[in-house]
Amino acid sequence: MSKNIIQHINKIFDHRIRLGIMSILMVNEYAEFNTLKELLGATDGNLASHIKALEKAEFIIIEKQFIGKKPNTRYSTSKLGKLEFKKHLNALEKLIKQ
Amino acid sequence: MTNQDYLKDLSDIKTLMNKSTRFISLSGLSGIMAGIYSLIGASYAYWLVTTSAKDYLILDEKTFNIVLIDLFLIAFFTIITAIFLTTRKAKMNGEKLLDKTALRAISSFLIPLVTGGIYILVILNQQKYGQTGALMLLFYGLALVNASKYTLGKIKYLGYIEIILGLICAIIPGYGFWLWVIGFGVMHIIYGIIMHFKYDRKQYQ
Repeated sequence: MSKNIIQHINKIFDHRIRLGIMSILMVNEYAEFNTLKELLGATDGNLASHIKALEKAEFIIIEKQFIGKKPNTRYSTSKLGKLEFKKHLNALEKLIKQ
Repeated sequence: MTNQDYLKDLSDIKTLMNKSTRFISLSGLSGIMAGIYSLIGASYAYWLVTTSAKDYLILDEKTFNIVLIDLFLIAFFTIITAIFLTTRKAKMNGEKLLDKTALRAISSFLIPLVTGGIYILVILNQQKYGQTGALMLLFYGLALVNASKYTLGKIKYLGYIEIILGLICAIIPGYGFWLWVIGFGVMHIIYGIIMHFKYDRKQYQ
């Protein structure tokens, strides 16, 4: 039983910033870089590297566009990301109840 | 990872989900300004009524209309100032003013407030003046409590205070003017100062 739960603890979410990015994107349609930065209190480089890791796992979707002349990047969760994050949450909750 | 770590993870997740769906740009300064406008408007109304040779608030039509315009101007300047200061703060923080959290906060604030405003106008038209102050405090308080679900900054408590003042005002309408001054003037200034030092200052630095 216990092994089963540990399997669902996702290594990719095993970091405060990544967990944070996913938490924000789960309840918002999308978020921008600066919003994430402010909410998480992370530096540009740090945040960017964690975003990259989540993107590589295909848990988040990055959407680049221009508003006027300013580049604007939006982040949102993919279906896979949502599913994996839910599994991760359930596993966390079960582990605590043990 | 220990159980403690998992618990901390879960509580972080909860905090972020909460925080990221709330509107955070409302400026504390606009609360202070709203309070000051209310006090200026109230002082003018007080001066107007005391110099109109009657001791209490049964007014001739002209004075009554001036008081209504006075109230309208307070609301007008408060809204303009709030929009201006909040826009400025949002820009400073690099946020968009009308994101989803802001729209949700505004609509949940406006629904009770506009309902109350229309209701007050309706009963004023029926010459029922006694409960005006109480109704303004009550509906405003309810609007704040309702909007607090989508804002940071404990606006809920300001709402509770306004509701309590409104109920007191309903019981003793004779003190309506002074309760109105406390609710819209003094409380806004106190709340604005607390918010300014707790949230705004930190973000400017």
